[in-house]
Amino acid sequence: MDDQPIPAVANNDQAGRLRYRTHIDPQSTQEEDASVTPQKLTHLKQLEAESIHIIREVASEFKNPVMLFSVGKDSCVMLHLARKAFYPGKPPFPLLHVDTTWNFQSMYTFRDEYIVKELGLECLVHINEEGLKDGIDPFKHGSRKFTEVMNLGALRQALDKYRFDAAFGGGRRDEEKARAKERIFSFRDQHHQWDPKNQRPELWNLYNTHVEKEQQIRVFPISNWTELDIWQYIYMEQIPLVDVYYAKERPVVEHEGQLILVDDDRTPPELAATAQNKWVRFRTLGDYPLTGATESKATELTDIIQEMLLATRSEREGRVIDADPGASMEEKKRQGYY
Amino acid sequence: MNTDELIAEDIHGYLKQHENKELLRFLTCGSVDDGKSTLIGRLLYDSKMVYEDQLAAVTTDSKQFGTTGGTFDPALLTDGLKAEREQGITIDVAYRYFSTSKRKFIIADTPGHEQYTRNMATGASTCDLAIILIDARHGVQTQTRRHSFIASLLGIKHVVVAINKMDLVDFSEERYEEIKADYTEFVGKLELPDIEFVPMSALNGDNVVNTSEHTPWYKGGTLMHHLENVHIASDRNLIDFRFPVQYVSRPDLNFRGFCGTISSGIVRPGDEVMALPSRKTAIVKRIATMDGDLEQAYAPLAPTIVLDREIDVSRGDMLVHPNNVPKVDQAFEAMLVWMEEDALQPGKQYTIKQGTTTATGIISDLRYRIDVNTMHSEGVDKLDLNEIGRVVIDLSRPCAFDAYSRNRSTGAFIVVDKISNNTVAAGMILDRDPDSAASRRREISEKRGTEIKVHESLISAEERATRLTQQPATIWLTGLTGSGKSAVAYALERRLFDEGKSATVLDGRNARLGLSADLDYTLDDRKENLRRAAEGAKLFNDAGHIAVCAFLSPSAEDRAMAKAIVGDDKFIEVYLEAPEDVCKERAETDEFAKTNKDMAAFSDMAAPYEPPAAADLVLKTDDLTVDQSVQKLYDLLNERGLLK
Repeated sequence: MDDQPIPAVANNDQAGRLRYRTHIDPQSTQEEDASVTPQKLTHLKQLEAESIHIIREVASEFKNPVMLFSVGKDSCVMLHLARKAFYPGKPPFPLLHVDTTWNFQSMYTFRDEYIVKELGLECLVHINEEGLKDGIDPFKHGSRKFTEVMNLGALRQALDKYRFDAAFGGGRRDEEKARAKERIFSFRDQHHQWDPKNQRPELWNLYNTHVEKEQQIRVFPISNWTELDIWQYIYMEQIPLVDVYYAKERPVVEHEGQLILVDDDRTPPELAATAQNKWVRFRTLGDYPLTGATESKATELTDIIQEMLLATRSEREGRVIDADPGASMEEKKRQGYY
Repeated sequence: MNTDELIAEDIHGYLKQHENKELLRFLTCGSVDDGKSTLIGRLLYDSKMVYEDQLAAVTTDSKQFGTTGGTFDPALLTDGLKAEREQGITIDVAYRYFSTSKRKFIIADTPGHEQYTRNMATGASTCDLAIILIDARHGVQTQTRRHSFIASLLGIKHVVVAINKMDLVDFSEERYEEIKADYTEFVGKLELPDIEFVPMSALNGDNVVNTSEHTPWYKGGTLMHHLENVHIASDRNLIDFRFPVQYVSRPDLNFRGFCGTISSGIVRPGDEVMALPSRKTAIVKRIATMDGDLEQAYAPLAPTIVLDREIDVSRGDMLVHPNNVPKVDQAFEAMLVWMEEDALQPGKQYTIKQGTTTATGIISDLRYRIDVNTMHSEGVDKLDLNEIGRVVIDLSRPCAFDAYSRNRSTGAFIVVDKISNNTVAAGMILDRDPDSAASRRREISEKRGTEIKVHESLISAEERATRLTQQPATIWLTGLTGSGKSAVAYALERRLFDEGKSATVLDGRNARLGLSADLDYTLDDRKENLRRAAEGAKLFNDAGHIAVCAFLSPSAEDRAMAKAIVGDDKFIEVYLEAPEDVCKERAETDEFAKTNKDMAAFSDMAAPYEPPAAADLVLKTDDLTVDQSVQKLYDLLNERGLLK
């Protein structure tokens, strides 16, 4: 048992609020790299190289690519790989944050302070203004309707507006059964739709990048990474994450069978009145009213990984939007969810 | 300490262990009836990769769709899409992930049905190992042969033959040995260097992860033991350095790096590298990554290589060590797996993607088709969906490649339909020169030279010169499209005619319509076109005429050939030099070029132009009018005493 506490670097703003966190490995990573030789290749080095290859291929072959950036951990890993792919240059494409306006507050801080300011990357933000005008509210309209308008709807709007011909997504095949069969370069028609029966065969690392006008390709550079690989890589590479991944005492309320964070004053007052402070963290990020918290005291990255490995529930259960029965993800993919 | 304890007690130790795991990719071949999904479910279940909620879902599903009468059916852990869940069959390639304390695994789950050769080839293309399932009751079947053949075709080095459902043949050693002997006999014809056999019952878990007590006669390891221990590190080619340039990084004026994935081999700073197809060399200055510069980089890492000097390198080029180069050619022979409903059409233009090179290609010859069941070859005139054939492919530009058997990266390519944009075929380059029309012609002409003696004319060259008041010569106009070759050639012909001389133009385009109408635009065929033109010019010269040849002729080597045919004393090389943008502008207004836009990729324009080092005359046609150019040519002929 390791009783040495792992130092975590916290970046605080002037008000002393935690902005985002970088885990620092006490052991030098240089030393670890030395164990990799031509004859001995670790799976993470291999996955990293494959992802970099995919990202560069898109940058080379498409006129107007974009990286969908949800601010979650998978997005952060994907972005880290993109930075590696073009180092010392910057990725030659913008990020796109489809903003429902209901994300955790700390996600916005992370985006503006770290991604835009510190890394100096271009991040487009798209909001479904009609939905906003109509007052679409996850508390009032429910997860299905809200996600349809503010997430899927907004994504389709943004892709049409900027006329992107390729969009990177952080989907992984191990997340859900329907994803297991998706290609790395996944063809979408004019209506952003995916046809699981009519996919292009994908061989070796030779990706078919040919599309007609108005059609596009969704590209999943971390398709072959598992949940554990992602965490392990964050740990090894010291990739900063939004702080709600880490456990902390936070005000939460019970809502539709899940613990929901009271993140701002849009929580209905009768619900907010029931708030209690609990030690919680979030396994996935999204809109705070739709993302269930996990009770946890995992304040360090290794604690989180430990909890994850010992967990007996698969990852997406924390997301209210996936609670629809059966092959719901497949339905969403057909509709253009990435 | 088992894994769960290690995670609970020493998470750092666990992460260290996981970090150092190797990756093994394998595919499972067999049909639902062979218990393939059951096997995968069993591997996931026994290696504890299944979460409780997934298990709960499967237990519910087992009652609804299961084939086990309501008890736990591991197959349901792996079935993905709705439609196939209802049909009870897998219809596509699906990828699964699990890891043990030794390795991380990626399973390509591919179907075993008749019509799905394409899916198996897709799954196999990235795999190190194939598990071939045989139902112990039925033994080696047609599909077993097919799976083994495709595995061998796609270059899989390791095969585990899983003789499944041993419980249904009472774990009979005799039956196991019988199947093993059958398989060994048939597989001798294939290139599968490493084959292991395991008797098992996937449904009950015998010899999958845990050793079975029902097979005391079996001394080998369990399936999992093979998967964890099979030696794959030496499968990687670390000898031939191949770096297909994927992206040129130029973030600012001080940095120019070549990004790519190392296909094979090792590279270090200080190495001399050669860029293909240009053959220019440079020294590796840095191997840059965000984690710092590397002392060495090797397959399959994806670094950025910085060279010590500016040489022209772009996407699609390949960096190699100069003492170990791949083949660079515009044609190759290959095995092709056809993956599209519309049959392969020899002669049709397709897009070929090989490494980072994209070129237009024609399948110029369909040699034969291989029956995947019998492995017999038969002559055919098309390839249908899921058929495999041997073909010759001609490309619009040279590319660098190796035989697939030597290099799975630089020897592989895909074929994309230009209209539908679908991936219609996958190909593996063979280790032999394409037996094309061009090479056959070469062979014949080499033989001819030793067989036949030249017959001399009864009229001497002097007699002809006296009558025609001129000396015969070949004026070879070379230069980019749009540099004015044809215009100058025909104006010169007119001028000479008006002066009472006898001259004839041989024009590149006209030759393509007649003399060389049967030729393509491959490297070989373009050389042949120029050979014919030079032989034609020689005939005119022999008859005492002046030949004015207007040919782009970009290759210095080809022009040297023309000179050798015509004869050094009669050959006058004239370079029409104009800036590239001027040529381009002129070419764009050209009617012929406009109506033959599709041919652009297939003309001589596709090849790099090598300007003559020592032309007899250089005409800067962006400054000179046609008449001025003609005057200069006329003066030159006069100076050399050719017009007397």
